[in-house]
Amino acid sequence: MTHNKDMTILEIKNLQKHFGGVYAVDGLSLKIEKGRITALVGPNGSGKSTLINVLTGLLPIDGGVVAVRGAELQYIVSQKIPDYGITRTFQNVRLFEQMPVLDNILLILTERNVFGALFERHGESHLKKAEEVLRLVGLWEKRSELAINLSYGQRKLLEIGRAYAMNSDIYLFDEPFSGLFPAMVKTVEEVFHALKASGKTIILVEHDMGLIRRLTDYVFVLDSGKLLAEGIPDEVLGRKEVVEAYLGE
Amino acid sequence: MNYILHLGTFFGIYAILGISLNLLVGGTGLIWIAHAAIFGLGAYVLALLMTKVALNFFLAAFLGMCIAGIVGCIAAWVFARLSGDYYMLASVAFNYIIVSVFINWESLTNGPLGISGISRPSLFGISFAGNESFFALTFLFLGLVYVSARLIMHSSFGRVIKAIREDEEAIRVFGYHTLLYKIMISGIAAAMAALAGALFASYIAFIDPSNFHVMESIFILGIVVVGGFASIRGSLLGALILVLLPEVLRFAGFPQDISAHMQQLVYGIVLILFMLYRPQGLIGEYKF
Repeated sequence: MTHNKDMTILEIKNLQKHFGGVYAVDGLSLKIEKGRITALVGPNGSGKSTLINVLTGLLPIDGGVVAVRGAELQYIVSQKIPDYGITRTFQNVRLFEQMPVLDNILLILTERNVFGALFERHGESHLKKAEEVLRLVGLWEKRSELAINLSYGQRKLLEIGRAYAMNSDIYLFDEPFSGLFPAMVKTVEEVFHALKASGKTIILVEHDMGLIRRLTDYVFVLDSGKLLAEGIPDEVLGRKEVVEAYLGE
Repeated sequence: MNYILHLGTFFGIYAILGISLNLLVGGTGLIWIAHAAIFGLGAYVLALLMTKVALNFFLAAFLGMCIAGIVGCIAAWVFARLSGDYYMLASVAFNYIIVSVFINWESLTNGPLGISGISRPSLFGISFAGNESFFALTFLFLGLVYVSARLIMHSSFGRVIKAIREDEEAIRVFGYHTLLYKIMISGIAAAMAALAGALFASYIAFIDPSNFHVMESIFILGIVVVGGFASIRGSLLGALILVLLPEVLRFAGFPQDISAHMQQLVYGIVLILFMLYRPQGLIGEYKF
């Protein structure tokens, strides 16, 4: 599987992010193809989550460019990322804790404009879509519960449902499987399959190599903020330098 | 009867203040300790327009709401980069600034001596000069504020405001320009507080800067704390309890000379007990 330029949906060119003297992302360049599930792997501290945070405007870019939807961005404002067709989940689940499960999804479906929102009450169409999303992640029965009262796994599923509800082009999932029971893992896999079937692009940060081999089409291996290897999972994950990066020499 | 009407009118004014502050504090989670300053702004604009240019109460109150709304929006914009304790401290400073304007701009506000002779409202020949009619007018405005606040909190806008309280950074990632939401809710809350200020000024016919100090802001915050964060009905309950509490204490048998101090003491103890044992207030939906 090789890169097809016409299929590139997101390109990172010489991206840099440093914290003081520590380079978390160090001159990273990579291309993400449309419609694929692409994994970002690497040992802890390799820059995967930092990259996601930079791509979604939570951390400012220190150097380089992000190319998406015809725009070359050197500065990303987080509230603009839906305009570039990007959405995300967080490594540490970030829900709207003291709000009902249903409201966590309705927020994604309703008006963004401040005046429009003031005069809008959610309607049947919003509820129907929210029901579809919550049934997909198995939380429809919990719709009236406060998010804070869900179990860890349910909270993860709600966050994934929230991202799904965005109907974006590019989904950035930061360790969506960590801490999930097998049944929940299956639910998340079903969400991924549904997204892929509708032509969406998924970028997945994950440590479980079995899941990566099973789910993903392409892998980028990062180490110390740099690209160590890339390719199809079965070919890349067995490489000596990749194993050494994970396990140490 | 006049005593009941007096208490009812004060309850109505403080309920408007509690509801409006709850939109901001219960909604966004930002602790705003300057509501008395905005309340005072509404009172002063009304007093000046009625006493100096003989403007009708309703028009003067409306202009006061507009001016306070704009000041609320500007304050929200200026304080946008602050959160938590820093926002709270900045709001206290803001209250001091506004009160010192009331005190020191003597040519306009008559300084510490205040403004007297503020008349009661009248509209199309209907006078609200009597205590009964003023009480009815206050409750009419309270009803409008209550319904507006409920509509706001149950709209998509209200849901976003609550999400800002929960995690502002996260809600931005989903395409919400949170600053605009905070500016809007601050403007709305300020306009409502200014309406309460207009009613207050017209009711007691005299205002001076001491009515609008930080202690008054803390009292209004107390209404929200007792009633419950993010609960509009809770603000009604909080106002009822805190407005009636001094009247209850009045009959508790404290000597006259220490009665006022005892009221402050009891207020303080009530607030501490709520923060310790009932942080969401009596019927609040949100815990700090």
